[in-house]
Amino acid sequence: MPLSDELRDLYQQVILDHSRNPRNHGEIPPPCLHAHGDNPSCGDEIDVYLRLTEDGQIEDLKFTGQGCAISQASASMMTQKIKGKSKAEAEAIREDFRRVVMGDGAPADEDALGELILLEGVQKFPQRVKCAMLAWRAVEQALEGK
Amino acid sequence: MDWHRIRSDFPILDQQVQGHPLVYLDSAATSQKPRTVIQALSHYYERDNSNVHRALHELSARATDAFEVARKKAAHFIGAASENEIIFTRGTTEGINLVANTWGTQNLRQGDVILVTGMEHHSNLVPWQLLAQRTGAVLKHIPVLDDGTLDNEAIDTLLTEQVKLFAFVHISNSLGTINPARELCARAKAVGVVTLVDGAQSAGHMPIDVQDLGCDFFVLSGHKMCGPTGIGVLYGRMALLETMPPWHGGGEMILSVSFETSSYKPPPHRFEAGTPNIAGVIGLAAAIDYLEGIGLENIQRHDHNLANYAVQRMSEVPGIRILGPQSGHRGSLVAFHLDFAHPHDLVEFANSHGIAMRGGHHCTQPLMKRFKVPGTTRASFYFYNTLEEINRLVEVLFAARAFFT
Repeated sequence: MPLSDELRDLYQQVILDHSRNPRNHGEIPPPCLHAHGDNPSCGDEIDVYLRLTEDGQIEDLKFTGQGCAISQASASMMTQKIKGKSKAEAEAIREDFRRVVMGDGAPADEDALGELILLEGVQKFPQRVKCAMLAWRAVEQALEGK
Repeated sequence: MDWHRIRSDFPILDQQVQGHPLVYLDSAATSQKPRTVIQALSHYYERDNSNVHRALHELSARATDAFEVARKKAAHFIGAASENEIIFTRGTTEGINLVANTWGTQNLRQGDVILVTGMEHHSNLVPWQLLAQRTGAVLKHIPVLDDGTLDNEAIDTLLTEQVKLFAFVHISNSLGTINPARELCARAKAVGVVTLVDGAQSAGHMPIDVQDLGCDFFVLSGHKMCGPTGIGVLYGRMALLETMPPWHGGGEMILSVSFETSSYKPPPHRFEAGTPNIAGVIGLAAAIDYLEGIGLENIQRHDHNLANYAVQRMSEVPGIRILGPQSGHRGSLVAFHLDFAHPHDLVEFANSHGIAMRGGHHCTQPLMKRFKVPGTTRASFYFYNTLEEINRLVEVLFAARAFFT
């Protein structure tokens, strides 16, 4: 059964692989920063757990939750990308990622996004932006201590 | 019945979506419209458009006549004793809110019980929550069993004289369960409980006779039964309607007005303040004519065949879990969960093959929690759907399995 190019771009093999085998899946025992995120309209839920070093680097980051392939892959790829980064670096990557999935201008540092750029296909599916951003919003909340 | 000819009455179905012939499986959200309904709307706006009930000129007479004929048709369509028991609303949701805000406010007191079921659409839940908050009444619900039917024993325990109102869905939009409305109304009546039946998914899919059902209120939406959006019907038994205060105040619903006080028209006009959705009412009448031309028994039989065939064919897909009754008596929709794809991924995948379905909680969040699923995908059918389209859906489900696993 032939698939459209747009669908193939949305669900690339790397993305499907992350959604089937999410990396850094699980909880970090307390004490740690934690935030819960959800998209009530679709039932997607995520919990992110992260631990910072004394100088504010993301030392460890894990997530649990359920949701569509896009939200799960985005969460999995995010954990790999921002682990070891400072809060400021993580924030810069988040903003670049947001631009990519929303088609809202060019990222400031495309190289820093790495394979996250593969989620660019979400641009063509505006209703899925909230799926791609779910984990990132939760991390933002956890870092702000909300 | 020549269902293929009937299908050709729906111009919208003859199109390509994403390079494939459109397979529209979202009629439980809104049905498509036959040419006669679309033409009734344009004819009204091209020839008869005018405000109803007041002016004496020719166009107003035509519009008023068509409007009041539609009320008679709606009364006949659901077996009401009189057209004065038919109140035009924006849809099911507004009908329920009207009852909650008039009859409910007048009759509910601290400690009274409002009874619903565990499979209500949010529209038959939230208005009662609001009413309970206003009045101090208590909202209770009848649990749903694993097979998607109501817990019959719990009904005996819960349907007591403390209950003032029992509001329940006729056909569940998330499970396809057809509740035994006649029996439930009789049990309610035996303990003096007023009943409201949510007919959003049953009207237009089966013959409805409110007097035979024995309900006090019945609500429906026109757009789910081939009519336009923004128009619906609230049926109320006249003995109750007569006692109810107005909800919205304004023109059309008054007898006389002074600065100090106003007196109100009898039902149904008491509950229809302001210029109504005249075109919508005329479109609804055209939809009723169209459905009655096919025959509601015929539609019901065809619905039943589609639903049974769909359950049978879809069960072939490994990893599928179909919610609600597994065979026999069910409405023409199949909600399911797949262990290999989230509803939104599946809906996206199906859309790219020209299939329109809905994924999510279908406005029944408590029910999703009950069945421990974040959401489901729903394929819903109407008489213009075909067995070939269900075959196409099953092919796409297999393709999705290959793609996502």
